[in-house]
Amino acid sequence: MAALLRQSAVWLIAVAIILILPVMVKSGFYITMLNQMGVLIIFALAYNMLLGQGGMLSFGHAVYFGLAGYSVAHYLNGVGEETLPYIPVSLIPLLGGLVSLGFGILIGFVSSRRAGTTFAMISLGFAEMVTALTLIVVTFFNGEEGIQTDRWIGPEPFGITFGSDVQVYFLIGVWCVLATAAMYALTRTPFGRMCNAVRDNPERVQFIGYNTHRVRWLAFALSSFFAGIAGSLHAINVEHVGFETVGLAQSGLVLFMVWIGGAGIFAGPILGAILITLLNSNLSDITEAWYLYLGLIFMIIVMFAQNGLAGLIVMHEPIWKTNLALFRSMFLPYVLGIGSSLVTAVGAIGVIELLYFMRTRQTAETVTHLYWMEVDAANVLPWAWSVAALVAGYLACRQTYPVMAASYSAAIAEVKAMVAS
Amino acid sequence: MSTPAIELRDVRKNFGNTEIIRGVDLAIEEARIHAIIGPNGAGKSTLFNLMTGLHPLTSGTIHLKGGEITNRPPYEIARSGLARSFQVTNIFARMSVFENIRCGMFWKRGHRYAFWKFANRQSELTEACEAILEQTGLTSRRHVPAGLLSYSDQRALEIAITLASGADVILLDEPTAGMSRSETTQAVDLIRSVSANKTLVIVEHDMGVVFDLADTISVLVYGEIIASGAPKDIRGDTAVREAYLGAEAD
Ligand SMILES: Nc1ncnc2c1ncn2[C@@H]1O[C@H](COP(=O)(O)OP(=O)(O)OP(=O)(O)O)[C@@H](O)[C@H]1O
Ligand SMILES: [Mg+2]
Repeated sequence: MAALLRQSAVWLIAVAIILILPVMVKSGFYITMLNQMGVLIIFALAYNMLLGQGGMLSFGHAVYFGLAGYSVAHYLNGVGEETLPYIPVSLIPLLGGLVSLGFGILIGFVSSRRAGTTFAMISLGFAEMVTALTLIVVTFFNGEEGIQTDRWIGPEPFGITFGSDVQVYFLIGVWCVLATAAMYALTRTPFGRMCNAVRDNPERVQFIGYNTHRVRWLAFALSSFFAGIAGSLHAINVEHVGFETVGLAQSGLVLFMVWIGGAGIFAGPILGAILITLLNSNLSDITEAWYLYLGLIFMIIVMFAQNGLAGLIVMHEPIWKTNLALFRSMFLPYVLGIGSSLVTAVGAIGVIELLYFMRTRQTAETVTHLYWMEVDAANVLPWAWSVAALVAGYLACRQTYPVMAASYSAAIAEVKAMVAS
Repeated sequence: MSTPAIELRDVRKNFGNTEIIRGVDLAIEEARIHAIIGPNGAGKSTLFNLMTGLHPLTSGTIHLKGGEITNRPPYEIARSGLARSFQVTNIFARMSVFENIRCGMFWKRGHRYAFWKFANRQSELTEACEAILEQTGLTSRRHVPAGLLSYSDQRALEIAITLASGADVILLDEPTAGMSRSETTQAVDLIRSVSANKTLVIVEHDMGVVFDLADTISVLVYGEIIASGAPKDIRGDTAVREAYLGAEAD
């Protein structure tokens, strides 16, 4: 019983958080953000079935997200006009998932013959094709306008109308937990294990009886199914599906989320989706340079943290599992290291914001906001301060990072010694 | 005479313009240990690659337990009960030792592409894995990611994955390469212990191991079998001594 409780602790905590959040955040802005977050968590996990679990790098997985969205929007409209049979709105994501499963089975058969560059290029090709189709097949995609829909249809079981965003929040919450649990369970099955094997060594897999194409194809189809569930929830949530949902930017965004969060760890994509949605919702209004920052974060993670943010957390797991006291000797080096990183970031953001402001301003006005101050961009001081912070932070990082790394290695060495004895 | 476990008829293989395997006829008898020896570059590994479907044949046929497997894909040949190990270690680097071995078992034990049952709940798999871990001396390493193992442990895992499927025809490509004396002795014991009722084909450079284990020896030189027979006949064969054993016999 205790073991069962410990095993399910993470899930119980997740459910508790999902239940508490809407009580804590009352504003519509945050509910909208949380809804988006839930949708993207499912999408990121689905994407990671390909990338992290199966070793397939796709540049076009939004196709299965968006096609489900369009289908669901049409279905809702059909039910609204009473030309299609009613099914409860809460079950409609399943319908969208099945549509994407169908496309995943068809397209996956062609694209999953090979992994690596071939797979990546084919995924790009299909993404371009579907984007082009949104302008050509007007009856289904309706060009740049997209499809408008209304989730308030038919009977209202238990008085749930999905009229309010909070009701949609709980719908997304339930699906998010179900989909996450299902995708986690998949990794523990013989099929899930063979996905990892195909990722690690496709040649050897064939000699233990497996057709690598079949394994990848199945992974592709199942991943499309879950991407479809995410896309359906997106359609229900915003009641509109546009061509951008199938496009390269959406495919790129999910790749960013997964990689920044950590593709090699199951929870990595969840972390990535939460973080990117938070930043996206909160920063895109404040700064026009948001995509530049996203690109910078992505590059830094790719270069310095192979397993993403989740990887950075997990690499400390042996330490907290053996002896928490070991963190004491790491505290100061970490504070200094993280502190110098923050100084660098403050300086870099200052420079970027000032540059952006000067390049994009429409009037002769040179006074702008930087952080919480009013500064005059025509004055040399804000520039000097920003550059100084950037340079000082960078120099400090060069001093503090080796110390931070050394304190980590020392702690790990001690863990190894403790485990061995 | 019963059907041979593996039968090669006039098998030829070209890489580009070079003929690497030049007309090999070979019958591997069932439930025997058959060694293939020969100098570096003779084509021993290539012969394994042809038998297991990694490379297509240029001409000739291969039969496994009477059924033709010529140019079948590797996974079909593996499903027919032919398992192999590789000369260059070929494992699943990011998965644990236990997982590596269990992956070797899924297909033969009927789990195939199953995505509706938990691998951990299949207690017969866990038990079979424990047995192989024990046999190959990897029990204490079971949770270690395979990529982090020492060289000799990786060699042991290479063999463990091959044995995991429970195939009745097993090809081992230089199973003891790079092992120390004592590790080699262990490997030989392991091979002998798993060989009951199974057909084993081993490629091996260590003549001690070959003459110790083999029931039959074939000598491959420049893509041709120049002699085949019982160890004592091979030892006395002058052509073999000249072509290959000469250096060691002197
Ligand atoms: N895929 C390939 N493409 C081209 N040439 C190859 C290929 N595989 C093997 N060869 C060539 O075939 C010849 C036989 O190689 P093979 O690996 O079969 O020899 P071997 O008898 O196993 O030698 P060793 O004892 O060194 O393992 C070599 O000359 C090698 O270069
Ligand atoms: Mg060889």
